[in-house]
Amino acid sequence: MTSNRSKSLSKVAVYAALIVICGMAIFPFAWMISTSLKPDTQLVETPPRWMPSEFAWRNYKLAVTNEATHFPLWTRNTLIIATLAVIGTTFSSAIVAYGFARIRFPGRGALFAIMLSTMMIPFPVTMVPLFSIFVWMGKHTPIQWLGTTRPLWAPAWFGSAFSIFLLRQFFTTIPEELSEAARIDGCSEWGIFWRIMLPLSRPALSVVALFTFLWAWRDFLGPLIFLQRPTQYTLTLGLQTFQSQHGSTPWNQLMAASVLVILPVLILFFIAQKTFIEGIATTGMKG
Amino acid sequence: MTFTRGEIRNLFKGLAFLSPWLIGFSVFMLLPIVLSLYYSLSDYNLLQKPVFIGTENYRALASDGIFWHSLRVTLLYAAVSVPLGLFMSLGVALLLNVKLFAQPIFRTIIFLPSLVPTIAAAILWRWMFNQRLGIINGVLAPVLGWFHLPTPPWLDSSNWVVPSLALMSVWSAGNTVVIYLAGLQDVPRDLYEAAELDGAGPIRRLWNVTLPMISPVIFFNLIMAIIGILQVFDTPFMMTKGGPNRASYFYTYYLYDSAFTYLKMGYASAMAWIQLLLVLALTGIAFWSSKRWVYYQGK
Repeated sequence: MTSNRSKSLSKVAVYAALIVICGMAIFPFAWMISTSLKPDTQLVETPPRWMPSEFAWRNYKLAVTNEATHFPLWTRNTLIIATLAVIGTTFSSAIVAYGFARIRFPGRGALFAIMLSTMMIPFPVTMVPLFSIFVWMGKHTPIQWLGTTRPLWAPAWFGSAFSIFLLRQFFTTIPEELSEAARIDGCSEWGIFWRIMLPLSRPALSVVALFTFLWAWRDFLGPLIFLQRPTQYTLTLGLQTFQSQHGSTPWNQLMAASVLVILPVLILFFIAQKTFIEGIATTGMKG
Repeated sequence: MTFTRGEIRNLFKGLAFLSPWLIGFSVFMLLPIVLSLYYSLSDYNLLQKPVFIGTENYRALASDGIFWHSLRVTLLYAAVSVPLGLFMSLGVALLLNVKLFAQPIFRTIIFLPSLVPTIAAAILWRWMFNQRLGIINGVLAPVLGWFHLPTPPWLDSSNWVVPSLALMSVWSAGNTVVIYLAGLQDVPRDLYEAAELDGAGPIRRLWNVTLPMISPVIFFNLIMAIIGILQVFDTPFMMTKGGPNRASYFYTYYLYDSAFTYLKMGYASAMAWIQLLLVLALTGIAFWSSKRWVYYQGK
């Protein structure tokens, strides 16, 4: 039996360990904010100082208005792509998930297994052919694909395996009796999906929407391959060109830009903290 | 096989609901996979039609020093970052699972770094790793100076660059921690009580109760790590451009360059197929080994 004294001692040890770990987790954030507020001259000091002698808020303004960047435009592009991807993924994945969860038909199990296995296919396998498919579609259909944002959000409207999986798991937990009752009342399958399933599935739908938004917000390889003009760039791709172009790196401006890119995600996290954590937890549990 | 009317109606209904995915799967997954296999057996530079050349690309890869080099770099990174990530996250999750007053705050703080978009993390860590002006060496210099040791060159040295990137990846492993934590919270409390009654100390309880009970979660995280690790591209591309001296020239980086810098689409597709086979082989090994160490409750 462990005595009370050794129990409280081990609690102190856990506290100490957690404080050290949290310190290391926070440390880069602190350094980022500190650098983002430093005047140019204080960037090159050794040993580095933590507290800028004056807060150079102009770094934020410079980062946004810098001639090499199109920060407002990139933000707009990213938001458009993310919004279209979120609506498309959530909506189409819910429809497909309903089919997998609630309609019994021959071949369903096999199709579901195929869908799950697509999650293991590395993106490099499909990215080269996707590129040539989009080139081909640009030549043979009236719609341009390459060099537009379409390749980044159009596929989202055909469901994503991960989201379908997540939603299917959720749909199967909703009692079948509800659908039965609606069916007896003459409700169509679509009506059951639209009027009963969707309203009951808000938590799962918001997990999917949130994850899709985050994915679109941080996606890099997609924009790198499919976008061509700097005016179409997303924030990720734009910042990448900004940081690699500069000869002598304006670290304070880069840190300011980084703060601005992180901020929306952090705000979203604090608004929807529960959705976040539960979403990530379920991906692990159901695997 | 004969179907009743109801079954046929259900089949059509089911396929109707599945139709978005069926179309998307055919156009954005199945077709690219088939094309990729065909390209991998072709000479294809995007401007002209692919020309079938059999296994020429694969044979060229076998004698391509950069191919082997990029594979070695990736596996070295995997060998450092996968165990480091899996065990550190587990350790942190165990700490976060202890009942403490400020626990929600600790959990939030540890999760925060994983929210940071890769580009922001890359810029930030490039600045922190800066050999002369970076804060990491700023903090280390006085300590190392005491022992008359030089400060590490981090991203500027071909020996240090891969471990540096692995170190950075641990910072953003908050996702893994959350998944572990969910697994830990699902371990039935009465198991611990029973073990304590039997006189098992904290270490015995960890070894004989906690670890077996969460082994499926460890396995899940391992599979995710295997799938992700061969695709590492963003951080080396953003932070080191594969350097110095190609020391961080990862597999997917070389694949990307082959396809979009040198326009060797067939060559890149052959690389992609080797990557797919590697992922399948590694997950296959993991599944095979899982019989020995993963414990599924109720089976």
